[in-house]
Amino acid sequence: MADQKTLAEPGGDAPYRRMMRPMEGRLLGGVAQGLAAQLKLDPVVIRLMFVLLSVVDGVGVVAYAVLWMITPRKPHEGQQSPQRDWSQLAAFSAIGVALSAASWLTGASKGGIGILPFAVGGIGAIILWQQADPERRRNWMSGATKSIRKNRVRTLLGIVLVVIGAAGFLAAQGELSKAKPGLMFTVVVVGGLAVIAAPWLAGLWKELQLERRERIRSEERAEVAAMVHDSVLHTLTLIQRVAHDPREVTRLARAQERDLRNWLYQPAQDADATLAAAVRRIAAEEEDAHGVPIEVVCVGDIELDPAGKLAAMLKASRQSMVNAAKYSESPSISVYAEVEGEEVTIFVKDRGKGFDMDTVPLDRMGIRESIIGRMERHGGAARVRSEPGEGTEVMLTMKVEKQ
Amino acid sequence: MTRVLIVDDHRLFRSGVRAELGDSIQVVGEAEDVETAVKAIAELTPDVVLLDVHMPGGGGQEVLRRVLGAGSQVRFLALSVSDAAEDVIGVIRGGARGYVTKNISGKELTDAIRRVADGDAVFSPRLAGFVLDAFASSEAPSIDPELDSLTQREREVLRLIARGYAYKEIAKELFISVKTVETHVSSVLRKLQLSNRHELSRWATARRLV
Repeated sequence: MADQKTLAEPGGDAPYRRMMRPMEGRLLGGVAQGLAAQLKLDPVVIRLMFVLLSVVDGVGVVAYAVLWMITPRKPHEGQQSPQRDWSQLAAFSAIGVALSAASWLTGASKGGIGILPFAVGGIGAIILWQQADPERRRNWMSGATKSIRKNRVRTLLGIVLVVIGAAGFLAAQGELSKAKPGLMFTVVVVGGLAVIAAPWLAGLWKELQLERRERIRSEERAEVAAMVHDSVLHTLTLIQRVAHDPREVTRLARAQERDLRNWLYQPAQDADATLAAAVRRIAAEEEDAHGVPIEVVCVGDIELDPAGKLAAMLKASRQSMVNAAKYSESPSISVYAEVEGEEVTIFVKDRGKGFDMDTVPLDRMGIRESIIGRMERHGGAARVRSEPGEGTEVMLTMKVEKQ
Repeated sequence: MTRVLIVDDHRLFRSGVRAELGDSIQVVGEAEDVETAVKAIAELTPDVVLLDVHMPGGGGQEVLRRVLGAGSQVRFLALSVSDAAEDVIGVIRGGARGYVTKNISGKELTDAIRRVADGDAVFSPRLAGFVLDAFASSEAPSIDPELDSLTQREREVLRLIARGYAYKEIAKELFISVKTVETHVSSVLRKLQLSNRHELSRWATARRLV
């Protein structure tokens, strides 16, 4: 955001400053300058405001007089009081006279309060214009003039419309009883103004859009930075601290790699909603817990069933991964989950030392109860294939009705 | 002796691979972006190019397009950190004969390079999973049934790869020779590259956007 620069810089840093009338550069009594310094506006704006308000039943004159009386003069250093800038004063007077004449011609001054909204609106527009950053103002100006030069036909058409409309409006004012054509011509005037202003407004709109896009981009950048900071930098620090323990270093690096991959390539999934997401999460948890890489490949997917068949299957798969990680001494574990129609299959394979099923004592709950027993209780099946020296593979199957 | 060119924009990774590769592999050169890769391939005529997927100047797919488009017979093995289906399927359809991820061990990489040099295909478990998923996800009528679907045997081979089986183990499991396993995988690769099913690319893109 560009800070709002103003041409009239405040004199001091005091939190509250009393309004003064400076003598340097004054045109009449210095009221406008003092007010401008107080409101941090350009004195020209204030002067124009007074001129405009004066046209409306002389409100501006009265206000000026009152302010002149109640505002103290700013002490002036120097022998002579400085000269007024007569040419500027003349210019403002001319504007005032012209405006008076215009309002008298249109009969608005007689309407009194009728022109007030226009005066207020005009002042508001001038203040807005003045408040804007000079740099931006130049942009607006150059944009407007460029587009006017580019679209001569459009501009000409607009001007013609405005002129016709204004003429019609004045003509209608002569016969006040016929309000209808007056309204019609007002519409024409507005239409003409719209035609002239359209490119400028469009440019303004474009600039706003550009600014918004820039903001979105910077927000995204901030998100990435936060991600890198919270996870990657953090992990790198941890790795340096445990550099003497290769196992822990590998574990940290794996966990970080998985995090990053998920963030980069995986769509955000609710881990408790579908089978593939749940398998990935379980594998990640066991990988973290035991420090053995677990590669997961999923083909097809299915929503978890309310009956809990798949939940039981997931528990059995977790037990298989735990067994492989703890006992097989395999450098890595492969998990493959496949959904084909109504059949769900999960394989957990390691390349470890393997074992002989018959030599496993009956009280070893891991395989018999947590894997085979659990699958059978829920209507599925589990098969364990293992040979000493060849590794172990657990195959879990379950039939689920598709919703 | 298999002559290999390493194309990767990370110098550390290039030297890491160079150190890991076994004695049966001769690294003849390195390249760090699309331009230098295209030039090096033309000058050194390696047997196999280890190709990184993400690189400045258009990435691995651009190298494939320019080199294979010019009629070269050099074989590419894509090597990337990316697991995105879009990248994997994209680079295979671009003409690479295999895709492995960078966390592969030196021994496995050596095997993969030798296999690609012999004209066979190399599928990682993840790539096999992608292929199964992509060919299963179609319910639309196919234009060329031979190219647009997998045979029962190919499906079995791919499933075993996805389960983490090595080619030798697959051969043992299915009572076929390793050579037959390689033939099946090569056939899948051909289908993957030539199939006109536009769903294949769409599927890969959509998978990322889900």
